[in-house]
Amino acid sequence: MIDALTQLSYVLATALFVLALHWMNDPKTARRGVQAGVAAMLIAVLATWAQPLIIIHHVWIVLAIAAGFMVGWPLSRVPLTAVPQRTALSHAFGGLAAGLVGTAEYFLWLNEARANLTPFRMTAILAEIILGYLTFTGSLMAAGKLQEIRWIPQRPVTYPLQNVCNIGLLLVAFVLGVALVLNPAVSWSAAVFLVIIGLALLFGVLLIIPIGGADMPTVISILNSYAGLSAVAMGFVLDNKLLITAGALDGSSGLILSIIMCKAMNRSFANVLFGAFGSVAASGAGGEQKAYKAETIEGAAQLLEQSSLVVIIPGYGMAVAQAQHKVRELYDQLKKRGITVKFAIHPVAGRMPGHMNVLLAEADIPYTDLTEMDEINPDLPQCDVALVVGANDVVNPAARYDKSSPIYGMPIIDADKARTVFAIKRSKNPGFAGIDNELYFADKTWMLFGDAKAVVGELVKQMSGGSGSH
Amino acid sequence: MSGQQVARLAVPLIAAALAIGALAQGPAPPPETAPPVADASTPSAGEGHGASPGEGARQSLDYWSMVFVFMLSTFIGVGVIRRVSRLLHTPLMSITNAISAIAVVGSIIVTGSDHPLYIRALGAIALFASMTNIVSGFLITDRMLKMFKGEGGRR
Repeated sequence: MIDALTQLSYVLATALFVLALHWMNDPKTARRGVQAGVAAMLIAVLATWAQPLIIIHHVWIVLAIAAGFMVGWPLSRVPLTAVPQRTALSHAFGGLAAGLVGTAEYFLWLNEARANLTPFRMTAILAEIILGYLTFTGSLMAAGKLQEIRWIPQRPVTYPLQNVCNIGLLLVAFVLGVALVLNPAVSWSAAVFLVIIGLALLFGVLLIIPIGGADMPTVISILNSYAGLSAVAMGFVLDNKLLITAGALDGSSGLILSIIMCKAMNRSFANVLFGAFGSVAASGAGGEQKAYKAETIEGAAQLLEQSSLVVIIPGYGMAVAQAQHKVRELYDQLKKRGITVKFAIHPVAGRMPGHMNVLLAEADIPYTDLTEMDEINPDLPQCDVALVVGANDVVNPAARYDKSSPIYGMPIIDADKARTVFAIKRSKNPGFAGIDNELYFADKTWMLFGDAKAVVGELVKQMSGGSGSH
Repeated sequence: MSGQQVARLAVPLIAAALAIGALAQGPAPPPETAPPVADASTPSAGEGHGASPGEGARQSLDYWSMVFVFMLSTFIGVGVIRRVSRLLHTPLMSITNAISAIAVVGSIIVTGSDHPLYIRALGAIALFASMTNIVSGFLITDRMLKMFKGEGGRR
């Protein structure tokens, strides 16, 4: 009876999870999706907990859940610029949970019920712990890079034979895994199991070390997928279909997001994971020194006021400078003058999928004015001013034709087709990928050097002063 | 992203999963050779950790139904998520994050069952980690979604 109720609850929870994701297709219904998700999770937890034959140690469960609340609550209050780090950190927690449950199940069965260690279960346990632990350390590394922790190198770290080393490691783990599946409970099995855990932990670190900031959106998506797949493997181990369905939903979400990110950079999975983006770029530099043309705040403000269509192209620089609220003030100033303002969002702008949208929504900019790259590009030739706020590679025209460029073939926002381009840039150094952006040297481009927040703030001050409202 | 690409990726992945599964399953032992130890043990007795050992045929059935569930839910996931607005990709990631914390179910079983202390300790840490994800994942998703306002909804 209890068992039937449990299964029924799991079916209900699965349906609610699917609905939750379905409602995410529109900002209007998305919050209903969260409610469905919470309801599903509540049902799943209560149904699992309310199994009197299995669950005995309630105090432990209560304590662990309380601790989870105590850490989870502050993690949900982080500033929105820190959302990529938080996301990476939660992938780490997800991977850790899967890894630990897999470890616990293995040692439990090894000591108490060896007959349970069938080849199939053993394969599932190994998939669970390898995916779980590599997601754990990999995501911790990614979170550290995003948080810019001092002892984690920001720039991609490469060394000779890096890929050989990584693949070799994976191969060793694979061979050990096969040996373990064939001999799950002999004298050396436990030791091999621990070695595989160690290899997975190490592999997670090595996988993320060569990844640069520009690749973070893809890598976070891939880790998202792994975290989901490790839950699927846990479902196979525990014979629990709710884990399989919910994990598969997460896994496919991560998969789709990574495909979108890869397409938006015209690169393959393998290229992102093993390509070490930053190292290639250095060779591109060293051409003749071209000159930037700087523009004054007054001049820029004047031209903006005379426009009828302004397209703002935000990038990671806007997030770093926390400039989104100043950008909103600029948006208000322009709107007040009857100027149409649109935001052009590149899929990989920022450090995770959708990063820019969240920041701009935080600054109260209506989502109807946030447009995707494919949607806005046809309008750019009619655009009077394209204002680039801390974006770089996503507006680099070299992506269209320069086959030697590491970003060749990447779809870009056609800022260079606008009548005038203003680019706000912190310094004269090349962007993250280390590539010179020829947009900045074009005839129609004028640079506004300085911190994005400060520059936009001054533009706003100039415009509000000009309209006589001191 | 075109459906073709998804299919191109999904087909080999699923084929690989099935192949690994089938290999791992090994040659199914004929039911007669099952040791008599597994005589009349009611199937529901050992339900907490899956089918009782020795029931080769039943376990194989379970295995295949799980693979089916995995395949179908992956397709449903791909279908549903492809339609999610690009505006909401960050909240999408945080909500799927909370959903994948469904590992909480496994953690509760490991933590609450009558297992040795160290096993339960591992389970408790896992439960803590999943719970953190559930709480922070859903809360931050809702917090972000509250900020998305249409043309008329500005403060």
